[in-house]
Amino acid sequence: MAKPKIATTSLAGCFGCHMSILDIDERLVDLIEVIDFDKSPIDDIKTFTDRCAVGLVEGGCANEENVDVLRSFREYCDILVALGGCAINGDIPSLRNTVPLEECIREAYFDGPSVYNPDGVIPNDKELPLLLDKVYPCSEVVKIDYSIPGCPPHAEAIWIVLNALLKGEPIEIPYEYMRYD
Amino acid sequence: MSSDPRKGVKDICSRVANDRTRLMDVVRDVQATYGCVNDDAIDLIAEHLSMHRVEVEGVVTFYAFLGEEKKGDVVIRVCDDVIDEFKGSDQVVRAFCRELKIKIGETTPDGRISLDSTPCIGMSDQAPAALINDTVITSLDACRAREIVQALKKGSAPESLVTTLGDGNNSDALIGAMVNNNIRCRGEVIFAPFADGVAIEKSLAMRPAEVIRDIKTSRLRGRGGAGFPTGMKWDFTRQADGERKFVLCNGDEGEPGTFKDRVILTECPGLMFEGMTVAGYAIGAETGILYLRGEYAYLRKWLESELEKRRSQGLLGPSVCGKDGFNFDIRIQMGAGAYVCGEETSLISSCEGQRGDPKTRPPFPAQRGYLGYPTTVNNVETFCCAARILDKGAGWFAKLGSDESPGTKLLSVSGDCRTPGVFEVPFGISVREVLGLVGASNAIAVQIGGPAGEMVGPDGFDRAIGYEDLGTGGSVMVFGPGRDMLRIASRFMDFFIDESCGYCTPCRVGNVLIRERLDIIRDGRGAPEDLDYLQELCETVKVCSRCGLGQTSPNPVLTTLKNFRNQYESRVHAAAPGLRSSFDIRAALAAGEDIAGRPSEHF
Amino acid sequence: MSETITFTIDGVEVQGAPGQTILEAADAAGVYIPRLCKGEGLAPRTSCRVCTVMVNGRPQTACSYPISDGMVVENETEELMTFRKNIIDMLFIEGNHYCMFCEASGRCELQALAYRFGINAPKYPFMYPKRELDTSHPDVYIERNRCILCGRCVNASRDEDGKGIFEFIGRGSEKKIAVDSSRGLSGTDAAAADKAVEACPVGSLLPKHRGYDIPVGRRAYDAAPIGSDIERHRKERNNE
Repeated sequence: MAKPKIATTSLAGCFGCHMSILDIDERLVDLIEVIDFDKSPIDDIKTFTDRCAVGLVEGGCANEENVDVLRSFREYCDILVALGGCAINGDIPSLRNTVPLEECIREAYFDGPSVYNPDGVIPNDKELPLLLDKVYPCSEVVKIDYSIPGCPPHAEAIWIVLNALLKGEPIEIPYEYMRYD
Repeated sequence: MSSDPRKGVKDICSRVANDRTRLMDVVRDVQATYGCVNDDAIDLIAEHLSMHRVEVEGVVTFYAFLGEEKKGDVVIRVCDDVIDEFKGSDQVVRAFCRELKIKIGETTPDGRISLDSTPCIGMSDQAPAALINDTVITSLDACRAREIVQALKKGSAPESLVTTLGDGNNSDALIGAMVNNNIRCRGEVIFAPFADGVAIEKSLAMRPAEVIRDIKTSRLRGRGGAGFPTGMKWDFTRQADGERKFVLCNGDEGEPGTFKDRVILTECPGLMFEGMTVAGYAIGAETGILYLRGEYAYLRKWLESELEKRRSQGLLGPSVCGKDGFNFDIRIQMGAGAYVCGEETSLISSCEGQRGDPKTRPPFPAQRGYLGYPTTVNNVETFCCAARILDKGAGWFAKLGSDESPGTKLLSVSGDCRTPGVFEVPFGISVREVLGLVGASNAIAVQIGGPAGEMVGPDGFDRAIGYEDLGTGGSVMVFGPGRDMLRIASRFMDFFIDESCGYCTPCRVGNVLIRERLDIIRDGRGAPEDLDYLQELCETVKVCSRCGLGQTSPNPVLTTLKNFRNQYESRVHAAAPGLRSSFDIRAALAAGEDIAGRPSEHF
Repeated sequence: MSETITFTIDGVEVQGAPGQTILEAADAAGVYIPRLCKGEGLAPRTSCRVCTVMVNGRPQTACSYPISDGMVVENETEELMTFRKNIIDMLFIEGNHYCMFCEASGRCELQALAYRFGINAPKYPFMYPKRELDTSHPDVYIERNRCILCGRCVNASRDEDGKGIFEFIGRGSEKKIAVDSSRGLSGTDAAAADKAVEACPVGSLLPKHRGYDIPVGRRAYDAAPIGSDIERHRKERNNE
């Protein structure tokens, strides 16, 4: 029987949650015995090749591409997991949510203290995804089946949740790995 | 008006002998004199009343009629209640905005006229209505709004905008209002003739405990809506330890669609004051306070003169009716625009010169109320009933109405009906009978008890109005064909959000969340599971909130979910698998597209 | 007057002294009732509503409600646990709580309650309000993004410090904590050692120059859930 597949992605995140996935360390080898990675930066597969049992999403939605990717994850994954604070509540990227978008862009390309932009250009290529008015937690865009909190989540929490999901067992993150920071 | 604010504020403070518990009077006077209570005024008040400036600031920022920002000399407050909206208040607001060239919440550049909206001002039977300073303007339309602005611009005083006087005592020189009583139905308890002093005389012939026994025998229950047995409340207050005791009359009639106290205050304040005096005798109080909502300031002079008259008749003051040792007088405490102050412990906070936050119970006011002393707080109509009971007898009263709800009840009926107004009817009357009285045979829904009450559909029209089924403080809002129940519920939630004091979590946050999800459903972006979400959220707010406001604020949604569920079900749609229909990608992209000057490549 | 009052919490008999609140009696008996706005040694404010229990079938706040003989208190019913979770959720989404850079993380009582209740993600949409900081004072600052409007600082400053520095202004969702000066905290006699600063259950009122002084792993709620200290009493007693 084919091994179940797992997909992962980082939307508006810092890849810290993916570092935490790698922090599973040598048990990654055990993991590879029972699953395959599909679309994921871990194996650099860019598009879904198959239906996945579990999708791990890091980061919230800051731009239209994030929404697109998140919706494709929802479409291809049986179980969708919000991995880490940014996916759950926007976290650091959402610090911009109290500032109007136009002001954010002005600060980034003109007014910020470290900005060097003599031509006064705001990058605006068609390839650049448009920004959303604010950063949206994943659960506001699609239905999320499970959330693993933390910035980043503890590797042990990821390990425990993945194992439980793959075995269809009830999930319980032990207290010591239940962290928002 | 004093030109030097230092002296002016000092004078205002000295008028209340620099008593910090009279802060409401001070800030109201400062607001009236200077158009605001600004930083400097706050510092001065704090200094004179020996309190922290932040406490003064807390009070100033609590009440809608007070503010740190300078308002115009004339403030127009258009009632934005749902009844007014259905009678065309939107057009009135637009006319005001156009004519004044400002938006709601703004002041004209010359600083003369401010425009605001305000929740129900107790004029739903003659909507749309507005307050212009303390002057009430009723039955407005766009044309009248334009005339008003033109007159104000020419320098007319707000009082001069009243061209025709209303019925009854509204035309008395001391009131001089265009308000109509619209009494449609007179019963035996409230609107029957009454000779001042008879209830007091009869009470004084008894021992205080016997007066309370009579009130208990009559089975009178509070007319404000909660329905607590009045005799028990008086008894608790009487029996509580306290050097002083107080009688408070709740004249903060703020439940949208309620205006029956306005009519009592206009037509039979004597009956109410008589009831307060009887209560004072029964519980052993020397002081009564009538808490009058800021919106009814136009009745103040009239009520003050009524009090003065009663003093001269010996019905108030030292040795009332010649009874040695029974000294009782009443003062009026003005509110300043806060619905929550109709909650009895908030009302006490406000009387004490504090933010209108409710207090923790227990202790109940009967144990520790105003200034920490045992206090009874009763509704305007309740005091009227008490006076009548003392005059006509407990047995007589108990025979009126229904088994569980003795007596008559004043209903304030408004909305889609032929004869809005005040109806004194026996308790136990069915909704259908009320609809017959008011000429609303085609009603599709009736909101009984205001937003905090229940929205009833045609299958509930045979239900009885009374404590045993549909309780009400008096508000009956009738909605005819074509009215959207979810829109009404949403407007009611707006009201509760604006009026929540913000003290406790569920009411402060939960009401905002309820309205948000309700509006998503109204917008057609709701999913079937949103109904369960709303149900659980509403129950959290209802069970966990600290006072009656939050304990009833989810009712617009809870009762429409129950009685008009099809209106919700027809508006929710299952989203594509796994997606959230509440997420609006087009709206989320609008700003980004605008800044980039190009449409989305993805959506 | 009887010396002890006997009542039940979730069917278990509990004894307390006259004048005690449900919370005090429960604490002494080793029964943990979650609470947030009730600060140690401070008068109850009954604002957060987290300690809502059913007393003879009616909702009451355990932090303020006096015990009486025969009283039936429900604490850990499914319904109450859901309501409490919802209230904790509301406090999270109402403010801007970024635990990963908050100095109070690990000793924050809001966070600790969420851990205890196993809240992985709040169920309500975030509000992302715009709130002001007050960094004017040399030793203390106010981070209103994290304020949960519990009012502990109000009580502590008034009743313990005798300063009355804090009070709420505005109402409803506009309500916010303010200080007794138009110049902000620097215009007051606030000090880092004030009981008011210590009383803040979250990272809203903080001393400066301290930073992340306790290493991760040794912070108040790193090892065991909030309330464990109270529950330990009962375990110890049961083992006797």
